[in-house]
Amino acid sequence: MRTSKFGYIFTILKIGFLLFIVVITLYPFLNMIAVSLSKDIYILRNQIGIIPKGLNFNTYKTVLKDTRILKSYYNTIVYVVLGTSIALSVTAAAAFALSSPKLPFRKGFTLMIVFTMFFGGGMIPTYLVVKSLKMIDTIWAVIIPGSISTWNIILMRSFFSAIPKELGESARMDGLKDIGVFWYIILPLSKAALSTIGLFYAVGYWNSFMGPFIYLTKPDKYPLQVILRQIVIANEYIGDVTGISGDTLIIPEALKFATIVVSTLPIICVYPFLQKHFVKGIMLGAVKG
Amino acid sequence: MKSNVSIASASLNRKANFAAKKKLALKRFNEGKYLLLLFLPCLVYYIIFRYLPMYGIIISFKDYNLFRGVFASKWVGLKYYRMFVNNPDSFEIIRNTFLLGVYKLFWGFPAPIMFALVLNEVRNIKFKRVVQTISYLPHFMSTVVVVGMLLQFLSPRSGFINRIIMSLGGDMINFMSDPGWFRTVYIASGIWRSVGWSAIIYLAALTSIDTSLYEAAIIDGANKFRQIWHVTLPGIANTIITLFILDTGNVLDIGFEKVFLMYNPAIYETADVIGTYVYRVGLVQGNFSYATAIGLSKSLVSLVIVAAANYLARKFSDTSIW
Repeated sequence: MRTSKFGYIFTILKIGFLLFIVVITLYPFLNMIAVSLSKDIYILRNQIGIIPKGLNFNTYKTVLKDTRILKSYYNTIVYVVLGTSIALSVTAAAAFALSSPKLPFRKGFTLMIVFTMFFGGGMIPTYLVVKSLKMIDTIWAVIIPGSISTWNIILMRSFFSAIPKELGESARMDGLKDIGVFWYIILPLSKAALSTIGLFYAVGYWNSFMGPFIYLTKPDKYPLQVILRQIVIANEYIGDVTGISGDTLIIPEALKFATIVVSTLPIICVYPFLQKHFVKGIMLGAVKG
Repeated sequence: MKSNVSIASASLNRKANFAAKKKLALKRFNEGKYLLLLFLPCLVYYIIFRYLPMYGIIISFKDYNLFRGVFASKWVGLKYYRMFVNNPDSFEIIRNTFLLGVYKLFWGFPAPIMFALVLNEVRNIKFKRVVQTISYLPHFMSTVVVVGMLLQFLSPRSGFINRIIMSLGGDMINFMSDPGWFRTVYIASGIWRSVGWSAIIYLAALTSIDTSLYEAAIIDGANKFRQIWHVTLPGIANTIITLFILDTGNVLDIGFEKVFLMYNPAIYETADVIGTYVYRVGLVQGNFSYATAIGLSKSLVSLVIVAAANYLARKFSDTSIW
């Protein structure tokens, strides 16, 4: 049959295409992990594929002994926790207000936040605002200026809009004010949306580079990404790189890979479990436009 | 006389009207005051961190002086805009920004659509889910990590890409210091990072296509490719158009971060973009007014582009973003 032969070729093409995507996505990560765990001699000979050769943890020991990395790791965790809490609270409250037709100036406010998706003051005026608020070199410069995302507010607003109005109305009959409805009725119903948007924010803070890079000048406040750039991109090696640790040489390449792995481990570990929520969040935005 | 009465009654009417309106507004405000309270933090944030910087744009028409501040600095009109137009570097950074944006749109926009279409044809749910999960992974990596990996893998001596090229008999390529390679590396790594994630929105749109359309197409004797062409693509056309408008609007939005992390003076001729130039002029050299003028020029052109894309989309299809 013509169609079945055709269908056969089609199946091979599509599976081949998808496997190609899988391989080019995964290979760099597997190679990176393998190199970071391998013995010096094999790395220098360029013999590592996706399986470590001559298992060696010395590279990781060097990374984990570096005080800059540890300090910045701690800083990043503080920024992520504090930033996500603030951003998520503000986003949820604003989204709830915007989802209610009773909010005065609702259209104006919506227009006001959406406009910023298309136009902004830019890097320098924003920097000057942050500077004039005396935020430079404080934790707030990392957390506040880039915190609220218009996209997340809209996403969350469409989620709240999908909750049946009657729930809120009956609670109002029982004497709850808007804030009470938000707190006791809407929020408990929105755990999925809250965790989705919260994770968006958390990953955003974990990965953010530009804000901290521009607004911080003191190394003791640097988050992981800034330190990571120094080590991996600007080649400011950690410790005594050419030195010998035990009986193995520390190879700069392996050291960089180990640093990357250490700094992304939390995300690599959690993202397969979280992606379901993430996808739900994105889909929500897609369906609601 | 009569007209006087009517004027008086009209004004009375207007007064009553005004009073009623005021009452209504007050009532609405009263009803919504708690909602306003909930919106307040967001409002304050947007005013301070989004709209105050827009106001700060006026320093591009002034000789901004750190000690005098935005207000007291002297007006200089279009001095810095003229400076930008007359600067020999300008052409290069505008061209680089524009080309990177256009190439990104040209190569990067269709990629997730293709990926979503193919993934949509997979019947084995488990395989589909695994492929999808893997494809998201790079999206969650920070720009620093992606660029760090790029530098390693493209490195002339130790990177596996060059190893493959040389084992195939090619010559070693110094990707990161050859201006001719910058755009390719930038675009390809961008697609690598975003193809899976960007496909989500299309996959969501694909699920909303009525399956009876496929059945009808099969009865009409349509093969797989014809089904995709006549049913699937029209089914997600609105999503494609909407995203295309948004992406077109972002064509000049070649962010500062990735280029900054990737480039070095050896490849400025293709890599230096408006974002990085603004950073160097403004924050490194301290010429705030000039840098703001450059940044504003770009934002305005972006705004015009997105408005034009939206206008065209509305004219030639039913889809637009506003």
